[in-house]
Amino acid sequence: MAVEVRIPTIMRPYTAGEKVVTAEGATLAEVIADLDARYAGISDRLIDDSGLRRFVNVYLNDEDVRFLDGLGTVISDKDSITILPAVAGG
Amino acid sequence: MRFDSLLDSVGHTPLVGLPRLSPSPDVRLWAKLEDRNPTGSVKDRAALAMVEAAEKKGLLHPGSTLLEPTSGNTGISLAMVAKQRGYNLVCVMPENTSAERTQLLRMWGAEIIYSPAAGGSNEGVRVAKAIHEQNPEWVMLYQYGNPANAQAHYDSTGPELLADLPTITHFVAGLGTTGTLMGVGRFFQEYKPDVAIVAAEPRYGELVYGLRNLDEGFIPELYDESMLTTRFSVGPLDALKRTRELLEKEGIFAGISTGAILHAALGIAAKADTEGRKVDIAFIVCDGGWKYLSTGAYEGTLEEAESALEGQLWA
Repeated sequence: MAVEVRIPTIMRPYTAGEKVVTAEGATLAEVIADLDARYAGISDRLIDDSGLRRFVNVYLNDEDVRFLDGLGTVISDKDSITILPAVAGG
Repeated sequence: MRFDSLLDSVGHTPLVGLPRLSPSPDVRLWAKLEDRNPTGSVKDRAALAMVEAAEKKGLLHPGSTLLEPTSGNTGISLAMVAKQRGYNLVCVMPENTSAERTQLLRMWGAEIIYSPAAGGSNEGVRVAKAIHEQNPEWVMLYQYGNPANAQAHYDSTGPELLADLPTITHFVAGLGTTGTLMGVGRFFQEYKPDVAIVAAEPRYGELVYGLRNLDEGFIPELYDESMLTTRFSVGPLDALKRTRELLEKEGIFAGISTGAILHAALGIAAKADTEGRKVDIAFIVCDGGWKYLSTGAYEGTLEEAESALEGQLWA
């Protein structure tokens, strides 16, 4: 499954400045592994041993994957994935 | 309705049906009009509760100075409460917020210290904490970690919703300090646990996410993921579109963050309609549109309004 992944400013050094990249995988974990194969080092910034890093939010079609199946979330063709750092509101 | 003073009138807001935006008689949307609070936003509840909690602890005395990082509404609410109670207020506010917020804060007597636009509220929190170290005698109520913020919604918003809409199935609110969702969420966990608690989080322009590294991200101390059923990220275009729809179809003139919340609520409504389920979705109208007129949100095409919001903290 090929999906679009939106990369936040802070991680664009890994993608040669690209804002939106394409990656493949049947689950979010596979998409991240594929991203890392294309852009070495990016996986380490997104996940650690316990799963998604604390200050990283990943959205599948605007829904937070932590409330779906986390790294096991199933990805379909034409889905879009957005990665954002956690920020304050209020 | 009669109250002894303005502060006594906080809360008790109307819950109004949205017959035109609701997809069917079985899938109904309800707007809780928090703009009817004394300073025109939902934050009056938290501000009053945090000040009263600090008073109970003996932290505040006539002439005390409050310090608070805020992108606007909490500051405006605190400024009103502080003035009524005889305290001073210093707000740390990101410089990329609407001009009306500055005017309103000054009107109620607050002093403003601006924090840099890059980094948004994260940077505001950092600046406020540094100022507090230099002025330890000031009282920082700290909305992001003050249990009285969520408690206000547990004590008032939640019970009001259940009393007005006993058939409620979903509650949708914005995710900022997380106080509204944590308080109402805890209330429903105890009194009607099948109610879904849905967060709508504003997705800003890139400038706001301009952190130096990912370890500088920010999660409010109040946030407890287990209170939420799900969480949506809503961008400015969807938020603006829904803000205008709410005005056109239901006559409600709301701020832009309410548009983001409505977007999430309509998504749930459409899904329930497709699945043939009977639902009552209540959502928060955080504030009216007045403070955002200068942002251009209500004029021109959606795309023009979106580009005018780029770099702004619109929620």
